[in-house]
Parts: sequence; structure tokens; C-alpha cells
Amino acid sequence: MMDSPDDKVVCVVGASHAGVTCAFALRREGWPGRIILFDADPELPYHRPPLSKAFLTSELGVEHYLLKPRESYLKDAIELRLGVQVANVQSTERYLTLADGRRQYYEKLVLATGARPCLPPIKGMADAKNVFPLRTAQDITRIREALLVSRQKRVLIIGGGYIGLETAASLRKMGAEVNILEREERILHRVTCPFMSEFFRYTHQNHGVIIETGKQVVAVESSDAQSTLQCSDGSSYQADVIIMGTGVRVNTALGSSAGVEIENGIKVDPTARTSDEHIYSIGDCTFHFNPHYRRYVRLESVQNAIDQAKVAAAAMCGKNVYYDAIPWFWSDQYDIKLQIAGLSQGFDNLVVRKEDREDQFSVWYFKGQELLAVDAVNNAKAYVMGTRLIRDRAIINKEKLADPAVALKSLV
Amino acid sequence: MARITYITNTDESITLEAFSGSLMELAVQNGVPGIDGDCGGVCSCATCHVHVAPEYMAIVGEPEEIEMDMLELNDDVDEYSRLGCQVQISEALDGITLTVAR
Ligand SMILES: Cc1cc2nc3c(=O)[nH]c(=O)nc-3n(C[C@H](O)[C@H](O)[C@H](O)COP(=O)(O)OP(=O)(O)OC[C@H]3O[C@@H](n4cnc5c(N)ncnc54)[C@H](O)[C@@H]3O)c2cc1C
Ligand code: FES
Repeated sequence: MMDSPDDKVVCVVGASHAGVTCAFALRREGWPGRIILFDADPELPYHRPPLSKAFLTSELGVEHYLLKPRESYLKDAIELRLGVQVANVQSTERYLTLADGRRQYYEKLVLATGARPCLPPIKGMADAKNVFPLRTAQDITRIREALLVSRQKRVLIIGGGYIGLETAASLRKMGAEVNILEREERILHRVTCPFMSEFFRYTHQNHGVIIETGKQVVAVESSDAQSTLQCSDGSSYQADVIIMGTGVRVNTALGSSAGVEIENGIKVDPTARTSDEHIYSIGDCTFHFNPHYRRYVRLESVQNAIDQAKVAAAAMCGKNVYYDAIPWFWSDQYDIKLQIAGLSQGFDNLVVRKEDREDQFSVWYFKGQELLAVDAVNNAKAYVMGTRLIRDRAIINKEKLADPAVALKSLV
Repeated sequence: MARITYITNTDESITLEAFSGSLMELAVQNGVPGIDGDCGGVCSCATCHVHVAPEYMAIVGEPEEIEMDMLELNDDVDEYSRLGCQVQISEALDGITLTVAR
């Protein structure tokens, strides 16, 4: 069935943090027509951050982590098409083709296609047993099942980024033996400073996680239930379960088929619109301008997904709004709460502030005198003050900042 | 069971019933406007801010340090502010009124 052009249909592809927020925001902003949300994932849309945290360690089903209950979609007349892959976009005539060949016309299209796990080419990986990425609820269910039947529960995590580390913490809680193999010379290499990397390495080792760096896995072979991994330096490891924490690839294929501009992601303007006036893009898949940092960035965070979604919805409804947010992010591991305000890339000096409580500190990233970002560990005060100080481009006395006896509030 | 009333920013009053879960979860599950719960309830986003009716503050209790600090992200924080995700529902809360923060 084709809708006629006056039906004012918005199609949103990707029903996760970005797409779902956008659909509801469209209704709130008064979108008069149909709103159709597509996702290849058959589950009712759920929160992703708990996947490596509370969801992994619990025995609860994904229905406990829903973004919205089913009734909310009905109430706001948001049509869910779950388990449906969108195959391509015909942008001149404005319709989508679904995997089964059906077509859907759109007035506006929102690409909220996010990212998928990046699986580096490792010899034998395709045939190896018990190898799991970590992006969907189904991945977690499979990891839980594999652990349940595994006697020795030896888990090897490839990649020491936030998701790999959170997974390690959760698996320790579940009684697994955990080994992390990181290719670079330190964990969290891409996202934080050596001080933070060392803190997390120390914390994980105290919890019994073995972390080895400079390890590039080149081959894997499975026999029965166990796998043997070979590294480029000749070392080898045995595991019952292998988890790939090796980063993501952006889902740009639909954007490409629509012919919109793509650079390190789908390129959008400050209203989240692509180079095609009928097509918007939001969330992990976008390459967008951050006004505070005055550069284009691609982010993987709930904050960015939600804030962009709201901007896109307002813009489609004719409002004048622009995306202008200080990015934020969090990560929970063991009893550690890490909160990050801002973007630290490009920093050239930093201040570490240790509070009186030993497990409480913050790292402040500067470029010259300008505060770029704050990593706050068990220290929401530093996170909140950091957010303010970044936003206001405040000039901070670094000596006072480093002194825990000086209250953060007195820095402004 | 507890009956819980949310007053929205448009002065709409929404009364819901629940046995368990947090004040944020109940609000999100029932689409109470103004309570987003973006972080899923881990005290990271401060989008679940409510003002507790003064007479119930003693029952609800004071926020812990991290919650107190996160509340500072909002402009209209006062001594009755709580983050809804950090308050668990129990029978003791029966009859409570919460005003959704702006
Ligand atoms: C394990 C884990 C832990 C995380 N922890 C945190 C955290 O603590 N804090 C934080 O801020 N962020 C965290 N993140 C990141 C956060 O989850 C993402 O930034 C967020 O999910 C991005 O939302 P999105 O909607 O842009 O994209 P995604 O969540 O990637 O969703 C995209 C959706 O599009 C669908 N899709 C793609 N192409 C098609 C197609 N052609 N047809 C149909 N459907 C399609 C996919 O199935 C998917 O459901 C975590 C992520 C993971 C995986
Ligand atoms: S839901 Fe995020 S702080 Fe309460």
C-alpha cells in the first residue's frame, strides 16, 4: 500500500535511543501525520547501556529495560515495524524499499541507523565457537546462555574500551575468569589519558581481571567447546567464550543509497538535516558540527542520540532550533561511577584533582587555558561543576583546582 | 500498594498505582510528561527531577551525595528535590504528590 504525498508520513529507520526519542518528540511538537518506526531488531526498543552492565548480570528479560512501554507507542500513534530491515532509499521519488520488497513512501525520512560491531579480520573467526559481539539484547542472551553451560567459564574479551571493561566487571560478578587482550599499549587508549587508563587497569586487576596490552589477535581455532587464540607476538590463549569489544562501524549504507553526503558518518547540519532536504539523521551514525568545540564530531553516546533526536523533531515541525550541547557520557564498573563532561580530544595539559576520599577524583583536560573536558570518578560534584565551567569557557586557576582543600564551587 | 500523584508542568494531575519500581520508572511507563529517564535510572542524567510534597519529605528521605550533586545540574533545585530514579516505591509513599521539575 502506498501513501499519497499529502499523508505527511515520517519514516524513522532505527528504533533505538535516537529513533524512539525522535518519534515521540515529533508527536510532542505536533507532527500531524503518520510516524513509522522501522528496526531490524525484533525486540521492543530497549536501553543499550545496561547491556554490558545490569542486564548482563541479571536474569531478567529485555522487557525490564524498555525505552517505552508498548502502550506509549499506541497512545502516540507511532507505528512500530520491528524485525523489518530497510534495504534502500529512493530519494528522488521518496520511498523506502524494505527487505521483502515492499515500499513505503515518506515526506520526511530520519536515518537513526546507529552503528554495528566492528569485527576485525581474524583468521578462523567465522568458524570459531562462542564468539559474541556486544550490541544487541540477543547478543547478551547468547553470552548468558554460553556461560551457563560452560564449566570453566574462561572468557576472553578482545578490546579494552569502555564496553569491554564494563563487560569484564559484569562477568567477574558472574564468577567468570576474565582476560582482556588489548592491541594498543594501554586500555582506553582512544578515549582517555594514561592516568585514567592506569586507574582502570589497577581496578580491574584488583578484581581479578587479567589485562594484557600490545596483543593483536591474528587467528583463532575451536575444538569442542574451547577456542585457542593466537597473537602476532606468538603467544596463545585458551577460552570458552570470546567477546568482541573492538569498536563499531557506522551504518551508512542507507545514507549512501539515498545519495546524501557522507564523511566519517552521515553528515548533518545543526538542525540534523542531511544534504537532502527531506532526510534527517541522528545519533551514533551522524557526523555533525559541535558549536562549542567548533568542529565536526561523531559520537557514541545516549546524550548525543537524544539531543539530536529532539532537534530533528523540532526542525521537521518548522521550529528554529539548533544542536548545541556539551557532550556527556557515563560508565559504571564495579562500584565505580565514571562521568565524563565534554570532549578531551586535542588537550595539551591536564590537572588531576584527588579528593579526600581515596576512590574519588577527577581529571581536567585543558588546551592551553581552555577547559575541554572532565573525567569524574565517583565524583558527581566535579562532573557538574566541570559541565558548567566548560560551557562558560571559564578561566580556571589550575593550582586551586588541584587542591582538594579548595571547594570546586569557589572556582567560578 | 501506593497511589502516587504527579503534577506536570501544565498543572495536569496524574495519579498512578504501583507496588514497586522507582518513581522515574512509574512515570516513564505511564508517559508522565517532563520525566525522561534518559540514563535508564543510574543517576547519570538528572532528567527525572521531581519536587516532593513537603509533608512527605521525611518519608522519602534525603538524597545521597551523588544524587545531591547531580541535582545541581538543574536550575530549580530546592530542599524538596529528588531524582525519581533514586526513590523506590513502597506502601509508605501512598498518597504522595510529586511536582515534575521544569
Ligand atoms: C554495551 C553498550 C554499552 C553502552 N553504554 C553506554 C553508556 O554507559 N553511556 C552512553 O552514553 N552510551 C553507552 N552506549 C552507547 C549508546 O548505547 C549508543 O550511543 C546509542 O545506542 C546510540 O543510539 P542510536 O539510536 O543512535 O543507534 P543504535 O543504538 O545503534 O541503534 C540503531 C538501530 O538501527 C537499526 N538499523 C540500522 N540499520 C537498519 C536498517 N537498514 N533497517 C532497519 N533497522 C536498522 C539497528 O537494528 C539498531 O537498532 C553503550 C552501547 C553499548 C552497545
Ligand atoms: S533517570 Fe537518569 S538520573 Fe534518574
